[in-house]
Formats: sequence, structure tokens, C-alpha cells
Amino acid sequence: MIEEKFDAIVVGAGMAGNAAALTLAQRGLKVLQLERGEYSGSKNVQGAILYADMLEKLIPDFREDAPLERHLVEQRFWMMDDRSHTGLHYRSDDFNEEKPNRYTIIRAQFDKWFSQKVREAGATVLCETTVTELAQDAYGRVIGVRTDRADGEIHADVVVLAEGVNGLLGTRAHLRERPKPDKVALAVKEMHFLPRETIEARFNLKGDEGMVIEAAGTISRGMTGMGFIYANKECISLGIGCLVADFQRTGETPYGLLDRFKRHPSVAPLIEGSEVKEYAAHLIPEGGFKAIPQLYGEGWVVVGDAAQLNNAIHREGSNLAMTSGRIAAEAIFQVKSRKDPMTAENLALYKTMLDESFVIKDLKKYKDMPALMHTQSQNFFLTYPELVSRAMQNFLRVDGTPKVEKEKTTFKSFIKARSWSGLFGDAFRLARAWR
Amino acid sequence: MSIEPSVRVEDKLFYNRYLVDAGRAHIKVRPHTTPSPELLTMLKACPARCYELNDKGQVEITVDGCIECGTCRVICEGSGDIEWSYPRGGYGVLFKFG
Ligand SMILES: Cc1cc2nc3c(=O)[nH]c(=O)nc-3n(C[C@H](O)[C@H](O)[C@H](O)COP(=O)(O)OP(=O)(O)OC[C@H]3O[C@@H](n4cnc5c(N)ncnc54)[C@H](O)[C@@H]3O)c2cc1C
Ligand code: SF4
Repeated sequence: MIEEKFDAIVVGAGMAGNAAALTLAQRGLKVLQLERGEYSGSKNVQGAILYADMLEKLIPDFREDAPLERHLVEQRFWMMDDRSHTGLHYRSDDFNEEKPNRYTIIRAQFDKWFSQKVREAGATVLCETTVTELAQDAYGRVIGVRTDRADGEIHADVVVLAEGVNGLLGTRAHLRERPKPDKVALAVKEMHFLPRETIEARFNLKGDEGMVIEAAGTISRGMTGMGFIYANKECISLGIGCLVADFQRTGETPYGLLDRFKRHPSVAPLIEGSEVKEYAAHLIPEGGFKAIPQLYGEGWVVVGDAAQLNNAIHREGSNLAMTSGRIAAEAIFQVKSRKDPMTAENLALYKTMLDESFVIKDLKKYKDMPALMHTQSQNFFLTYPELVSRAMQNFLRVDGTPKVEKEKTTFKSFIKARSWSGLFGDAFRLARAWR
Repeated sequence: MSIEPSVRVEDKLFYNRYLVDAGRAHIKVRPHTTPSPELLTMLKACPARCYELNDKGQVEITVDGCIECGTCRVICEGSGDIEWSYPRGGYGVLFKFG
């Protein structure tokens, strides 16, 4: 057993764990961070869009040395059917600002950099160490962790669980349930390498400008899911994810879905001639506000994906992870400064502070969205994209049909597919869930 | 179990780096005579195609190509069909990009 006792042990060196360990160490606490990967980032998968604001709160001058890929000047939303896409593009030169708001990053490289900052702040970071369970006393209070190293029990006043979406330790200690198939999505992704100039030409970019495409529609075969294509400097991240429950229901394969997405006539030319260098898969929490578990207890708090803090509608996760990690650390610091014990009663401060932040406020706003998207997946991801594509084609094709008739045809196709009440119902439900 | 002909998962896994912990599988399938529906789901749902049917119709796992996503845990751990852990520290998949 490591005899030394720590103020805090942080399990996991992803976005949430690094934010927590950094903040605790900056406040002068004695911190041990444990990570099962060879280095911070070697197990982590993301699209990945980085939101600058939340990182700035931790490392104000991060732009000086962080491994950033491209700053985003353009966002494309694609509604796809099998042969077409209807797009909404937003591009603005305003995004070419001194301190850009969003960047693409490569997680394995970014996390390594972030971890270096954690070490520099004074935390002890131990990689290649899998935490196997929480150590609890006779009253069930968490007093430390057990690892797969010899004599691996280590003690601390508080354990910060930043273990990611699978949240194995929390489940094993009965602090929360295992994620359910309808509350997590499985995403698969590939890294496609191309010369820099080719990427810039294909996506209409200059210098370090970047763009991302979010795509939905028949590519997910009637399942609740989304595809993405993100431009990095010399590679393209391309992936697709759907609810695990939907994979279970349909028998679709994740790699089959990915390959169909890659072969889509709107996608194939973008990656033509690329060299694939990695194939990854990861879960994403999709349950939203209603899936958030107990966030604190006797001697522990849970942050990031392990607490299901993920905004699937806006594709935000790492920023919620960073913010929850930072806030948990600030709460712990306050309890410690008052020389109070790390009891559930005192650690409730973390939840109070998180409730006041954008993290919980945003998730609350969309609390009905996950259920709506899931129960209506056939309509939102299959029927509507097909209808919109037909309507667009009907609108654009010049074939001698009078415009009045064209409009009637489009109208009728919508009513036929969903009926008046269906259409109004969907619009109403969507608006209400969005409110 | 027909898989889309053009997709060879083995080729995809070949891009990845792994440090295999020989003889210490981090996921184990409970011995069975007839597989449960959950186990059968994994033949298609595992993104690394680690689950396969043997000639006796039982589901087997080979964890060498596992990318540690946790999908099989979400689907099969509850029914007791599998035991799921992470590999030992440092072992398993090593993402260069992620
Ligand atoms: C395909 C994909 C695309 C995404 N795109 C975006 C995006 O564009 N923007 C965005 O903001 N978010 C995105 N997300 C979500 C984002 O990646 C997550 O919300 C974020 O990584 C969560 O951070 P975390 O620290 O909670 O978990 P993780 O980053 O998963 O970190 C958990 C860490 O804990 C370690 N660990 C786990 N268990 C143990 C243990 N027992 N012992 C020791 N170490 C352990 C892991 O190895 C890992 O390093 C995406 C996710 C996916 C899968
Ligand atoms: S964890 Fe993921 S990759 Fe590994 S066996 Fe399970 S489903 Fe397959």
C-alpha cells in the first residue's frame, strides 16, 4: 500500500479529470491522478471540437502552446437521404478573430498537452494504472481506491470520479447504475489523412481556417444518430454514432454504417485518395438531464461523462466535462479551506454550484429531447430527410410542370407520409422539447 | 449473419496499435449451450467484431482487437452473460489520435 495519504485522488485523465486535477493542484491540494492509458489521451476518442471558453477558464493562455488543429469559420448541417443532402451552411469572417471560439483538436495529442499542465501545477500523475474499485470503510464512506498495481490501495479525503462514460467504478460501488442501451450512443470514427492543400481546397479553407459538417438522415437507417466530418490540418475525422438500443433493435453493424456513410455520393469525393490511419469507437452519453445520477456522496464526487453530463443536441461534452471537473475541484477546495470533512452534506456544494452553471441549465432546457428523438427516430431520421430531398429536387428540376402543381405534389407527399396531425404533432413536440 | 461485403473489420483494426495482455482477457463470456439474444446481438453490435459464433453455435470472444468501447457491457453485463473489466493499466488499445 502507498502509505502517503492524499487530499484528493482523481480517477481518469480525460477532459474532466484533467480539469479537476489541475484546479485542485493550482489551489495547493495534494493530488494524485490515476489513468489506465499509457499516457493521458491514449484511450480517449472525440470528434473533436474544442470550445475555447471553458478551457480559457482553466488555462487562459492555452493558445500559446496547445496542439490546436483549425479554428472553425464554417459549420454545415446536412440532412441526407441516400443520394442527396440538403444543407444549411453558416460561414462568417467574424470567426477569424484574435481569440477564436471553437477549434478542431486531436484528443490523444490534446490530452497529452493538458496532462503536462496538470503535472506542472504540482499534481502526481500515475499512468498505466487501472483503478479496479473504490475503497470504502465499514460505513460505506469512500476512503480511497484500489488499483491493479501490487499493493495498490491508496487513501485520500475525497475521490473525484472522472472515469468517463462507462463509469465502471461507480457502478461497482453501487453509486449509480450501469448506462442503459437507450441512454448511450456508440460512435465509430476514422482518421483520414490527406495533404494539407487538398483539405483546404476541398473544404474552401485558407491557412488554419476550419469547418465541420454534422449530418443526419437516412445514413443512420432509421436509428437515432448523427454523422460528422471535421477538418483538421492534415487529416479529416469522420464518424457516425447511433443509440446502442437502436443497434440492438436493427442488427445494423457500426462499421457497415460507417462505410455506407463514406460511400455516400456527397461524402466520397471529400475523402477520396485519403490514407486511413486509425479506427476508433467510443460511447457517448445521450440520456440528457433525466439520466444524471447522484453527483456526490460520502467522500466522492462524479464529473464529466461518468455523470452523463453531455449535451447531445449541441454535440457538447468535453466542455461540460471540463466545467464540471473545475467546479467539483472548487467545491472541494472550499470544503477543505473551512477544514470541514468531505461528507455528502458538505460536498453537496458541488451540485449547488453546478446547478448554477450552464452545464445543468443547458441540459435542463433539452430534458425532453432525448426521449422525443428516440421514440420518433423513424420520422426524424428517415421519413423527413427523404421528404425534404424530394421537395428540394421537385423545386429545382425544370421540367415543364407548372409550379403550382409542383407545390401541390410536395404538399401531398408530406401529408401522405405523416398526415396533418402527424406533421403538427411532430412540429409541436419538437418546439416544446426545444423550448 | 451477413455482413456488408466491402467492410473488413480486420483491415480497420490493422491501423490501430495494441499492447495485448496475453493470457489475461479483460472480457469473459459465461459458458453456455445456447446463446442469449443479448449475446447474439454482439455478433453485429461490437465495432471490432470480437464476438463470433463457434461451430457448436455458442458465442465466443477474442479480445485482442477490442477497442474498449463498452457496448457489450451495456448490452450483456446485466443479464450476466459476460464479465467486463478494463485491461490492466497500459495494456489494450493505444490510440494515436483518438
Ligand atoms: C465520437 C465522439 C465525438 C465527440 N465529439 C465531441 C465534440 O466535438 N465536442 C465535445 O465537446 N465533445 C464531444 N464528444 C464528447 C466528449 O468526448 C466527452 O464528453 C469527453 O471526452 C468527456 O470527458 P471525460 O473526462 O468525462 O471522459 P474521458 O475523456 O472519456 O476520460 C475518462 C478517462 O478516465 C480513464 N479511466 C476510466 N476508467 C478508469 C479506471 N478504472 N482507472 C484509471 N483510469 C480510468 C480513461 O482512460 C480516460 O482517460 C464526443 C465523443 C465521441 C465519442
Ligand atoms: S468493449 Fe466494445 S470493442 Fe470491446 S468487445 Fe465489447 S463491444 Fe467489442
